[in-house]
Amino acid sequence: MKIIVCIKQVPESTEAKLDPKTFTIDRSSSKGIINPFDVNAVEEAVRIAEKLENVETIALSMGPPSAEDTLKEALTYGLDAAYLLSDKAFAGADTLATSYTIAKAIDKIGNYDLILCGKQAIDGDTAQVGPGIAENLNLAQATNVQKIDFVDDKTLKVASELEDGYKIIEIKLPAVLTVTKEINIPRIPSFKTARLALKKVIVKWTAQDLENIDKSKIGMDGSPTSVIKVETPKIQKSTIFLKGTPSQIAQDFVQKLKERYLI
Amino acid sequence: MAVKIVREKCTGCGLCYESCPNDAIDFDENDIPLIGENCTLCGICIDQCHEGALNLEKETKSVKMNVADYKNVWICVEQHEKTIAKVVFELLGIGRILASKLNGELAAVLLGDEIKDLATKLFHYGADKVYLIDDANLKEYRTIPYTDALEYLVNKYKPEIILFGATKQGRDLAPRLATRLKTGLTADCTGLDIEEGNLVQTRPAYGGNIIATIKTLNSRPQMASVRPKVFQIPEIDAARKGQLVQEKLELHETDKWTRVIEVVREAKKTANLEDAQIIVSGGRGLGKPENFKLIEQFANCLNACVGASRVVVDAGWIPHYHQVGQTGKTVQPKLYIACGISGAIQHLIGMKSSDFIIAINKDPDAPIFKVADIGIVGDLFEIIPEIIKKLSSL
Repeated sequence: MKIIVCIKQVPESTEAKLDPKTFTIDRSSSKGIINPFDVNAVEEAVRIAEKLENVETIALSMGPPSAEDTLKEALTYGLDAAYLLSDKAFAGADTLATSYTIAKAIDKIGNYDLILCGKQAIDGDTAQVGPGIAENLNLAQATNVQKIDFVDDKTLKVASELEDGYKIIEIKLPAVLTVTKEINIPRIPSFKTARLALKKVIVKWTAQDLENIDKSKIGMDGSPTSVIKVETPKIQKSTIFLKGTPSQIAQDFVQKLKERYLI
Repeated sequence: MAVKIVREKCTGCGLCYESCPNDAIDFDENDIPLIGENCTLCGICIDQCHEGALNLEKETKSVKMNVADYKNVWICVEQHEKTIAKVVFELLGIGRILASKLNGELAAVLLGDEIKDLATKLFHYGADKVYLIDDANLKEYRTIPYTDALEYLVNKYKPEIILFGATKQGRDLAPRLATRLKTGLTADCTGLDIEEGNLVQTRPAYGGNIIATIKTLNSRPQMASVRPKVFQIPEIDAARKGQLVQEKLELHETDKWTRVIEVVREAKKTANLEDAQIIVSGGRGLGKPENFKLIEQFANCLNACVGASRVVVDAGWIPHYHQVGQTGKTVQPKLYIACGISGAIQHLIGMKSSDFIIAINKDPDAPIFKVADIGIVGDLFEIIPEIIKKLSSL
């Protein structure tokens, strides 16, 4: 069985790095990390490999050359191999062009049984590339998967999260699954797997390396959506500050709620 | 395509460098930025530049289809066991506004099994037309049969815009359909408008640190999934009627891959944050997971639900369904109390529309105070117990 895990490099922590006065992003300590949901996908692939026999696990990422570091990190979890799609021609891709490009690479890797993705990336938060890959490869899909069970080597039973519960779906392989955080708690990579990862070579592919790729479908040219404008949201209200001892503050607090009939 | 620098305009201020999420910007010996190979053409630096010294050099795309052939606004109806999801009515509200601006009609696409009766309600809330496919194969939502049905309808009737609720189902279906139709889809939109005949979509990205405006210029339909609880539900008009267009589609081939075995609707393990009147939320200021007990006590006194910021959910202090914010839940209670939450934009986006906001934080510069009606600067471990005492003695 061959499992391909799709990984995206994202800026570290999209939280708590704002300048409180200007609301601009403070990038002073930034570095790329594996999209957190993708870590769960990596972990799940490794667990399947530990449970079943003859499982090959592969990480695949599309991104700038710096995404190589992210793939190296993914390998420390114990994956067998990693591929990086990096080319100026891929830049500016929206989710349609991205899914097309990644699907072409998956096709080239070939003989896959299961494609795992995180449910969404924390930078774009679109959750569109997983289903897009499934459509390009003409495969079954399940999104927001929180549990995977093998019925037999060609069939899975997965629990897919809903707003108010979950549904159990039987799904034929090969298939694309996107996973949530609830699916597992990722391990801390061991020294042994980390050392093995150091020895592995990351295969790099450019647009030239992907056979039969339609150049009009990749990068910005292949992207039907265009980002017209990017703004930093501005929020400001006039705030009344309560002052005094904790007891006085508590008194005023209760008073304010009473005034608004909240208690 | 590349980000180009107009050297004469650049003042070397460094804002572009600071704003780049990909560390793709460096400086030459004259402090003029250099765009490196890590650039993904995201455009954030262009917005940050006050001098207009950066721009995105684009080649004009060839028009691949005749966009004028596509007319009218569609919304995709999500129903569970013959109950229409609430977001559908919100879609009818915004859909009507967009259709009026385009002088087009508003249609709803209704897929399911024995669900014809639901069309009446869709007319009452503003649909001019309902396209119906009633088929046993569509009883439960499954990606492929639903995609097949929508693809068929889109190719036959050519809508200009299709809106989906940005729900689990909507976000499973919309990208599959958009990929098949090879058209643009914008996820989880919080703003929609029409400009020169095109759909203008706004949405937060990078954890809500930026708001992006996105258009699909040369492909049709223009597709968007729309965040629930952002748009108003229109007034019901029980006298309103519309046209029902019933279609048939052979769906026999489509159930070969997946089978829904069971749908489990869990009894609410926590009160539903989205419907809560009062929410008390905790953040990193609590120091450790055990201290969430204090938030729970506080919430109990007010009959409130417990919310949380992303940091503490990511740290595993409290389950994800408590998370308020861009990647959690968008809430709009009568009262929102933020305790020990600094207020990253990602959090603010999820709660800033609350009617009344109280923030307790020891840092007077915390961004949370910018959205708060009442601010309390101080130690939450001193203040909250006092408030609990006062509330319990009422």
